[in-house]
Amino acid sequence: MASTATFGGRVSDAFWRKPRLLLALLLVPPVLWLGIVYLGSLFALLAQSFFSIDEFSGLINYDFTLKTYGELFRPSNFDILLRTVAMAGAVTLAAAIVAFPIAYYAARYANGRWKVIFYLGVMLPLWSSYLVKVYSWKLILAKEGILNWLFETLHLSWVLQAYLSVPGIGGYSLSVSWTGTFLVFLYVWLPFMILPVQAALERVPSSMLEASGDLGAQPGQTLRYVILPLALPGIIAGSIFTFSLTLGDYIIPQIVGTSARMIGQAVYQFQGTAGNIPLAAAFAVVPILVMGIYLTIARRMGAFDAL
Amino acid sequence: MASAVKFEATSRFFGDTRAVDDVTLEIEEGEFFAMLGPSGSGKTTCLRLIAGFERPSKGRVHIFGQDATNTPPYRRPVNTVFQDYALFPHLNVQDNVAYGLMIARVPKAERHHAADEALDLVALGGFSKRKPSELSGGQRQRVALARALVNKPKVLLLDEPLGALDLKLREQMQGELKSLQRQLGITFVFVTHDQGEALSMADRVAVFNNGKVQQVDSPLVLYDSPKTPFVADFVGSSNVLPVEMVQRLIGVAKLASLRPENIRLAEDGLVGTVESQAFLGAATRLEVAVDGARISVLLPKGAELPNDGSEVHLAWDADALNLLEATNG
Repeated sequence: MASTATFGGRVSDAFWRKPRLLLALLLVPPVLWLGIVYLGSLFALLAQSFFSIDEFSGLINYDFTLKTYGELFRPSNFDILLRTVAMAGAVTLAAAIVAFPIAYYAARYANGRWKVIFYLGVMLPLWSSYLVKVYSWKLILAKEGILNWLFETLHLSWVLQAYLSVPGIGGYSLSVSWTGTFLVFLYVWLPFMILPVQAALERVPSSMLEASGDLGAQPGQTLRYVILPLALPGIIAGSIFTFSLTLGDYIIPQIVGTSARMIGQAVYQFQGTAGNIPLAAAFAVVPILVMGIYLTIARRMGAFDAL
Repeated sequence: MASAVKFEATSRFFGDTRAVDDVTLEIEEGEFFAMLGPSGSGKTTCLRLIAGFERPSKGRVHIFGQDATNTPPYRRPVNTVFQDYALFPHLNVQDNVAYGLMIARVPKAERHHAADEALDLVALGGFSKRKPSELSGGQRQRVALARALVNKPKVLLLDEPLGALDLKLREQMQGELKSLQRQLGITFVFVTHDQGEALSMADRVAVFNNGKVQQVDSPLVLYDSPKTPFVADFVGSSNVLPVEMVQRLIGVAKLASLRPENIRLAEDGLVGTVESQAFLGAATRLEVAVDGARISVLLPKGAELPNDGSEVHLAWDADALNLLEATNG
């Protein structure tokens, strides 16, 4: 038998006799990638945050210190953190609220052609360039943009003006307001919320909803006691995307919104123009910590019980 | 006795499909009622019409004398044991069973107590804190039963509840369900495709085919005197003799059913040729070709068996031949 085997055949035979060898060969490249290139560079970044910068010479002082983390709590820096976390929270909450009915429709009612249209509709925006989408939104939201024109045509300009005059969320036009930044974030990350929620709802058999009704629950109670708890793992999965993507993004707030910075922009500027790598690294650690805290709370609240 | 459930010329159409076609049916209070039929016969849709998951396209549904046609499921005094049990995976067994009481705003301690009692009733005391995923199929089925019973429904609906269980467990549960129904006195409506199950458990059985009710009778009457060829064949695989043969035998131009176990081999009688035989344990079934028709004969164990291809004479008592009313199935 062995005499007739080709080289490929002999390799297959060897793998069949030693299955662990095949597993090892399959796993080594990705583990090297993940371990050295990916986690390694992340670790190098984190290590930087424990160094400090010499304020006079601008040189990095390689002694272990928590001084850089202390700088995060300076009011100008701490504002950036608060602003970013608030924005990420608002975007995540809004994405969950907007995504849920869409995902529910897709999971419960859409069939055949409508399901295809749903997937196309959700995924299509992901196929085009992120920059193009953000600049399109800048045009839509601008003073001369279609949204302003629409309000004028409907003689509702006063509503928009009243809204823009609210301090904090308003501004000269939507494209230079926090509301504008929020809308663009919501638009860009929405597919990342819809898909996991839809996947979670897809796994809930309709008999479970019927059982709830059969046991006396009105549709609202079924939503609260059965559908939402079972969709929660999907919502959490989606919120990990929307929350962390918003925490780290530095392009959207730069193109649409006010001049006040978010974490991503701060990291970009401190490592680039300012050359303050330790502070940039310390800023970069914040989203990781926030996500860790967020997931711990979600776990404590039983978000993963239905998994 | 008052009727627990009443269908009045009720139909349910799905597009062109007549899932339930003009069904008129009365289920009495306190009885164990089975709806029997092959898949797609409309029996499950009928159950869903009682539960309120489906609304009739035509006709009305009454529950305890009240017109429930436009009543949503959550306002009906009925509870369902689902085919897939439909236990809530995020709740433990106790909270699953207490779900209906939680919705009804029964205080926590009280509803947990009631849930534990219901679990005792189905011999699952001590399983309160488990998750449904940690239970076996048979245990889940009992939880589903307890979850329905704890609400003290006026009618309990069971949708093929034993379908997913293995034979041994199924036989055991048949007995338990039967005694549970006696003990509680609740009307049970039970959907099954297994004629043995329907005959052994139910007080009365409705046989469904193509969305229509073929016959409603006690198991004994159903077995001995089927009214249509379909019932004769579906309940206990009776032989249905063609009109010409019945005409020749007793001079009546009708279809007739004849139970395989009521036929014996004799010195003279209907002549036929043995085509095949199958050993079934307690009996042996012969397939005998007679005038182009095929007749099954069930011979008890120990009887002398003819060879395949040999000629036999079939005989039976006169009252074993049951004339059928309808000629179509």
